[in-house]
Amino acid sequence: MSEKEKKKPVPRQPMPEQEADIRRRNFDEVPIGYTEEAAVIEAGRCLQCKKPGCVEGCPVGVNIPEFIQLIADKDFTGAARNLWTKNSLPAVCGRVCPQEIQCEGKCILAKKGDPVAIGNLERFAADYERTQGTGALPPRQDLTGKKIAVVGSGPSGLTVAGDLIAKGHDVTILEAFHKPGGVLVYGIPEFRLPKDIVAQEVGFLERQGVKIKCNAVVGSTVSLDELFEEGYDAIYIGVGAGLPRFMNIPGENLVGILSANEYLTRANLMKAYRYPEYDTPIPKGKNVVVLGAGNVAMDAARTAMRLGAESVKIVYRRSRDEMPARNAEIHHAEEEGIELFLLTTPTQYLGNAKGRLTGMECIKMELGEPDDSGRRRPVPVEGSEFEMDCDMVVVAVGSGANPILTNTTDGLSLNPWGYIVADEETGKTTKKAVWAGGDIVTGAATVILAMGAGRKAADSIHDYLTIGW
Amino acid sequence: MFKIVKREEMANGTVILNEIEAPLIAKKAKPGQFVILKANEKGERVPLTMADTDPEKGTITIIYMVVGKSTALFKSLDEGDEYLDIIGPLGKPTHLEKLGTVVCVGGGTGVAVLHPITRALKEVGNNVISIVGSRNKDLLILEKQMEAASHKLHICTDDGSYGHHGFVTDVLTTVLENQKIDLVVAIGPVPMMKFVSKLTKDFNVPTMVSLNPIMVDGTGMCGGCRVSVGGETKFACVDGPEFDGHKVDFDELMLRLQAYTEEEKRCYDEFCKIEQMKKA
Ligand SMILES: Cc1cc2nc3c(=O)[nH]c(=O)nc-3n(C[C@H](O)[C@H](O)[C@H](O)COP(=O)(O)OP(=O)(O)OC[C@H]3O[C@@H](n4cnc5c(N)ncnc54)[C@H](O)[C@@H]3O)c2cc1C
Ligand SMILES: Cc1cc2nc3c(=O)[nH]c(=O)nc-3n(C[C@H](O)[C@H](O)[C@H](O)COP(=O)(O)OP(=O)(O)OC[C@H]3O[C@@H](n4cnc5c(N)ncnc54)[C@H](O)[C@@H]3O)c2cc1C
Ligand code: SF4
Ligand code: SF4
Ligand code: FES
Repeated sequence: MSEKEKKKPVPRQPMPEQEADIRRRNFDEVPIGYTEEAAVIEAGRCLQCKKPGCVEGCPVGVNIPEFIQLIADKDFTGAARNLWTKNSLPAVCGRVCPQEIQCEGKCILAKKGDPVAIGNLERFAADYERTQGTGALPPRQDLTGKKIAVVGSGPSGLTVAGDLIAKGHDVTILEAFHKPGGVLVYGIPEFRLPKDIVAQEVGFLERQGVKIKCNAVVGSTVSLDELFEEGYDAIYIGVGAGLPRFMNIPGENLVGILSANEYLTRANLMKAYRYPEYDTPIPKGKNVVVLGAGNVAMDAARTAMRLGAESVKIVYRRSRDEMPARNAEIHHAEEEGIELFLLTTPTQYLGNAKGRLTGMECIKMELGEPDDSGRRRPVPVEGSEFEMDCDMVVVAVGSGANPILTNTTDGLSLNPWGYIVADEETGKTTKKAVWAGGDIVTGAATVILAMGAGRKAADSIHDYLTIGW
Repeated sequence: MFKIVKREEMANGTVILNEIEAPLIAKKAKPGQFVILKANEKGERVPLTMADTDPEKGTITIIYMVVGKSTALFKSLDEGDEYLDIIGPLGKPTHLEKLGTVVCVGGGTGVAVLHPITRALKEVGNNVISIVGSRNKDLLILEKQMEAASHKLHICTDDGSYGHHGFVTDVLTTVLENQKIDLVVAIGPVPMMKFVSKLTKDFNVPTMVSLNPIMVDGTGMCGGCRVSVGGETKFACVDGPEFDGHKVDFDELMLRLQAYTEEEKRCYDEFCKIEQMKKA
């Protein structure tokens, strides 16, 4: 029997999930995870290609066929270790990577039907090692005595810290918030990425010797130059793209209109979904509208549903094909009863005498000529205005570069949008001994790209510390 | 962890002073800047202005009015207890310049915010007249300190129990009518700042106010603190907290401050009940 005939009949193993009508009102994780049995069967679907397309599709080049073979052989710890050589946060990436346009999109099986569930397998191996593995620390090279400060504890900063601690350097992470993790703790909700996982990943770094200083707003509590004076030899900036964008339409400051950053920070970082057990309140809209259609918008909409909204609508000015969110999240959101209002945009907000939001005036859009991004530009359809009732709007139309650090640092070149200019291959900025990567360089992107940038910068920092600038 | 090294009660226990160990912040802070404090794991992030700093000792001082759950929780902390998290210094420092004669107007706990600014304005060489008001004599805070920080201090109480009987705006009117004033700084309840700004606009005297919208992060990443100034949206935590009083939309600020009234009340009542049960 040929290889092909043997493997073809096995279908892609479905991911067991909480039922939509139950999970839409709780914050527990939606996908439950593969059983060992399912993982081994799924791993068996991989053809172990000689020239694997999947690896090309992964921004950090995870050895996909190798780790999958280890799962097929039931060496789950081995699979996790293999993953770590390329990706320090597999439990996170398995859950949040847009696999359909990366690894799985390039899997040979995707051409004929369902690709190997690479993300689910990655998650499985990482979860196994986290919950049942040995917990052994990766080897550490001889101490070098060099000190590195990592500013920001998002996926990019965590990657740099993990790589450099392994190379024997002394690493300190400085984080503005009171908890480390960046978007992984303040943005992405519990039902998609349990916070215990992030805490465990951070704890893993701490056990290896990484020091974490929270409550340090670099740029105001301490400047980069002061860090150098304190004796740091190199600095990595991974402060993310945390500046909320609004739509600048009339009525935007009515009570009930929040940025996705505010809404999700209250819910996730401050645990307002457990209010009043936790002290921070969060608005509970009955008729909620979320503007935008990226992962952030899906997270906000699904959070609103879980906080008891009667209706949740996503209003997006383009069509379904242009929605930037992961396929799985759009699918989950729709299953949970969230309605999509596509080709629609708000023109103004309506309020009452108490300054509270009561509705939104919208206009229909149609797709015109392609714009700079190559997507067809939405243009308003004249005379198509209509009103939509709502008592809460979450604005999730993108984010920009927060200037707190960059404004107070000399010698750091920025592009016209305020992002830091850094060399694509090394992450070097225009300031000596300072590197940058992740969203603060690229603009809001993905976890895996932020990690990829961190890895390149860590290599470059190591070269600098051992060879020179 | 940030230890409370000194605790005082003022204004019949409605206002509390904490001096807290926070050496990094103490070294950096300038008048007009604030910190965000979180008492414990489940606590809220609460913005409070630094009423004083001692870079040598490595301490900052906050003075706050007990108005809800979080400030009541802060009140329950004793000397030797710790805040779990404090970040700062946040916000833009006060623009300090020798201008001539400056009037500093403060109401309620706003006086705590006003005091370091008043002192600094005097230090750079201004002639400083201060006007502070409170509902009654018992609620007046920092009288001696304000006296020392100003060349002339006027006191007003709503009920006439001390100083001038009436509002700060009454005294301010007299001052503005009688001499040339180069700047007015007004810090206190929103209605007070609104009426002071209205008055000084008639006299065409530049006016600075310090705004206290609801905040979460204090670093410009949530936009919860947005205020309208001259028709533009500003983030008070990074663009402020001080703004041109003639341009601020105070009515919008007042409405936005009411965003969580129901939740806050419920949370506070619950907390008071538990505190009472603990005592019983
Ligand atoms: C709600 C939401 C959902 C998302 N979903 C997905 C998804 O499903 N899949 C995916 O791949 N990507 C997703 N993303 C995008 C992804 O999370 C980001 O691209 C990624 O986190 C960027 O990592 P980073 O390390 O560059 O920055 P961040 O994760 O933003 O971390 C930056 C950290 O720096 C800190 N910081 C900022 N300024 C300072 C300062 N001055 N001093 C000290 N610390 C500072 C911040 O507090 C923060 O903790 C999502 C983003 C959001 C907001
Ligand atoms: C920059 C800044 C500086 C401040 N400085 C001082 C000060 O020096 N002394 C002082 O007494 N007060 C100051 N305040 C106000 C103080 O932050 C609030 O009184 C406090 O947050 C109330 O919390 P609570 O839980 O006790 O009351 P709550 O019951 O939560 O609320 C009572 C009132 O406080 C307001 N409030 C609630 N949460 C916040 C929040 N996170 N941010 C701002 N306001 C909020 C509400 O609008 C409400 O009117 C300042 C506020 C800001 C923004
Ligand atoms: S890191 Fe992301 S893109 Fe790479 S293999 Fe894992 S899930 Fe796929
Ligand atoms: S492309 Fe698909 S089948 Fe081939 S090695 Fe990668 S995961 Fe396996
Ligand atoms: S408090 Fe969040 S932006 Fe000002």
